[in-house]
Amino acid sequence: MIVISVVVAIGTDIATYIATRTAADIDTSTAADEMMKIDADAVTEAATEMMKIDAVTEAAIQYAEIAVELAIGLIGIMALWLGIMKIADESGLVDVIAKVVRPITLKLFPDVPPDHPAIGSIVLNMAANVLGLGNAATPLGLKAMQELQELNPDKDTATNAMCTFLVINTSSVQLILPATVIALMGASASQIFLPTILATSMSTIAGVIAVKTLQNWKKFELKQEEKIDG
Amino acid sequence: MVESVVDVFNTSSKYIIPLLLAGIPCYGLFKKVKVYEVFVEGAKEGFDIAIRIIPYLVAILVAIGMFRASGALDLFIGALSPVLNLIGFPSENLLLAIMRPLSGSGSFGLLSDLVEQYGTDSLFAKIGATMFGSTETTFYILAVYFGSVGIKKVRHSVVAGLIADTVGVFSAVYICRFLFG
Repeated sequence: MIVISVVVAIGTDIATYIATRTAADIDTSTAADEMMKIDADAVTEAATEMMKIDAVTEAAIQYAEIAVELAIGLIGIMALWLGIMKIADESGLVDVIAKVVRPITLKLFPDVPPDHPAIGSIVLNMAANVLGLGNAATPLGLKAMQELQELNPDKDTATNAMCTFLVINTSSVQLILPATVIALMGASASQIFLPTILATSMSTIAGVIAVKTLQNWKKFELKQEEKIDG
Repeated sequence: MVESVVDVFNTSSKYIIPLLLAGIPCYGLFKKVKVYEVFVEGAKEGFDIAIRIIPYLVAILVAIGMFRASGALDLFIGALSPVLNLIGFPSENLLLAIMRPLSGSGSFGLLSDLVEQYGTDSLFAKIGATMFGSTETTFYILAVYFGSVGIKKVRHSVVAGLIADTVGVFSAVYICRFLFG
């Protein structure tokens, strides 16, 4: 990106330079109209002032500064929000959500026995995601993955359950926004809750439909002998 | 009818953050959690995260700032905007939509840039924030989750994950356009 920027800036500069020079040349060669000459000079001057490469240098310096100011500015709201969410975590709100999520999970993972520990980990991972507790969700997700791997007859190929679990995680069902977004958006953050919940629901529904449809496609199907074994 | 729905939403959304700020500690007290100590412990993480993202933010914001100042961004957006206008997709949000499944810190940097350029109250920032919140860093999750158990053949998960991301991105655009015009 940086390289492209510099190349484009230099390219634009050279183009403007050539353009203004040609304009000036034509002007001096005809040398008829004094007004036109002044115009051409003004153009050349303006072009030197607005050299893209200068703007690029300035942007680099300026944005490096903005980045730090921005991050420092986030500290307060981030601390507030993560503090509150830690209370949510400690008070067992995850378990409340887990009760709601469990029946849905059983429907989504027909290949996993309902009493298998993987179901428990998946449910907790999803509940943590719903609450926007990213830090809590990842270890639970990895644990779920390991437990799903125990059920997997072919250790280097993903099972249907693994693919479904992964897609649900990447499309992230969320009721509560990530702390970073709340910090960045400040007071406007409250307006983002509903659209985010709607958009994330749409993406999760689409993901589940996609994963359930694609798993039976020839290209993605598990090999026949493995099916018999498993 | 549609307008009154939007009105109700805009009025009621003001209550979400105060209700969460008050409700969660109350629930914690009810569950006999040491609210103050736990809050402070969590708040420390906020400090760490804000400091930890600085290098990523510097990298992304400098790159995007240079990209914009050089005029390359305008060239890029200009080339794609006829197609994007046709489907009602704001070209300002395109880079974020592409970056979102690839890098969490990168897309957060792009979101910060939208906020910096247009302000938190702008449609671009709201669409961006919704995009950011509604999907995850698909390729990172794929690598970490499958990598942790040694899965090499990922089958249909990448395609399905990207379908989910695409639907999320477009939903974010259309829902925000509907609510915030």
